[in-house]
Amino acid sequence: MNAEKEKIIVDAMASFIGHTVKILPDDVGAKLRELSEKETDPAAMAVYETMFRNLRLAEELDRPLCQDTGVVQFWVRCGSGFPMMNEMERLLTEAVLKATRETPLRPNCVETFSDVNTGNNVGKGVPVIWWDIVPDRDDCEIYTYYAGGGCSLPGKAEVFMPGAGYKAIIPFVLDRVTEYGLNACPPLLIGVGVGNSVETAAMNSKKALMRSVDSVSDDPKAAEMEKLLEEGVNAIGLGPQGFGGSSSVLGVNIVNTPRHPATLGVAVNFGCWAHRRGAIVFDRDLGFRSTTHSGFKG
Amino acid sequence: MTEIKNGKTVITTPVMDEDIKNLHAGDTIYLSGDLFTGRDAVHERVTREGRDFPGSIKNGAVFHAGPIVRQLDDGSYEMVSIGPTTSMRMERFEYDFIRETGVKIVIGKGGMKDDTARGCREFCAIHCAAPAGCAVVNAVCVEETSGVEWSDLGMPEAVWVMKVKEFGPLIVTIDTEGNNYFENKKKEYNARKDEQAERITEEIARW
Ligand code: SF4
Repeated sequence: MNAEKEKIIVDAMASFIGHTVKILPDDVGAKLRELSEKETDPAAMAVYETMFRNLRLAEELDRPLCQDTGVVQFWVRCGSGFPMMNEMERLLTEAVLKATRETPLRPNCVETFSDVNTGNNVGKGVPVIWWDIVPDRDDCEIYTYYAGGGCSLPGKAEVFMPGAGYKAIIPFVLDRVTEYGLNACPPLLIGVGVGNSVETAAMNSKKALMRSVDSVSDDPKAAEMEKLLEEGVNAIGLGPQGFGGSSSVLGVNIVNTPRHPATLGVAVNFGCWAHRRGAIVFDRDLGFRSTTHSGFKG
Repeated sequence: MTEIKNGKTVITTPVMDEDIKNLHAGDTIYLSGDLFTGRDAVHERVTREGRDFPGSIKNGAVFHAGPIVRQLDDGSYEMVSIGPTTSMRMERFEYDFIRETGVKIVIGKGGMKDDTARGCREFCAIHCAAPAGCAVVNAVCVEETSGVEWSDLGMPEAVWVMKVKEFGPLIVTIDTEGNNYFENKKKEYNARKDEQAERITEEIARW
């Protein structure tokens, strides 16, 4: 009985991983189309055209749309009553092994210090799994993400003194954009995390990348800053792939949590044009559906 | 050899100085013939450990890339997805790499800096950027993946030996005179960034 249930989860997750490295989430695809329609620079238009041709070919030929399928990350928002919670970590790891063989994914898990590539995308602490236990629920929502090298590299976290003010966030973010953003494959999704320390800010910046590209923070100040940053970064004019053009970003998302009276933790994290974030929800009977990929049927 | 096919500039290996001498930063080309991958570890072996590049890359092309390759039952290789990785990581090796190997076209993601530009000027070579994350567009230009060298480095880092046809579009970012497309662009971007930073900071200071 349990073996059957386990197989449902492993198969569904391996197939979802395969799907989400080949097909962009609905919101990212739509946003790219919107930006390309606004573009007037001929070189930038040619780059968008290559991107769309790539998306079509990836779907037709059933291949990963970018060769860098990243280090696999899961953010598991698991209802406290979800019956398979106990097994999840092992099953997600099995799904990664299966997807690495079948999709195939590029083996990207290099053990630190020994520098050995494990060859199967599994290692100590990889796949990366973050847990949120959601009380009074019996379903399980899983976000998948493939953190590529190019878009992970610009990430940065720092703790400011509160006297620096929230304005300190602006140069902190913009400097990373011009310094490293070109190599993170624009148009970028910029995730900004604000909190009390490096790790809360960094985790918030990761959660910001899991929000849809057009979403708006429900904190009015954060929402205003999202808008100001989006306009500002677009005005820099990186264009697709940094060759120059009328926009630079898919969006800017800010997630903020309280700070300590004496600290202001800030982190910035980048998603690339191939922002392969996915979300799938299992109900307690293991029926599942994706909330990001309307084409995913299992 | 350089040909114009359907309005595309197609350069075929072996690449001669006259094929690339008249190209300018910002031009778009396509590549046919032999192409080798080589990234961090390969550059390190060639330039720091003094090992010979494991293939005839003189007058050829190197691609900063770590592909996804599938080995088929008959032992042959299928190029599933291949796209450029950040070229800047190779900046500290590239001058020596161009000098040691005689490579003419260096392909990767984003731009490179002064040492590579100096290498391009002194040894008549160019750097090109391939649109990144377009790994299937690139993979379908690979006609054959004939082998792999230095496979001990793992799939992303090994040297993959390919035959490509009209591989591209490739945008020249450093030409043989050392003109640097991205370094010039970056000056524009930085100037606009400073303006924007000031504008937004003022808005927020009013909070
Ligand atoms: S930044 Fe994104 S699109 Fe670009 S190579 Fe990396 S994973 Fe692919």
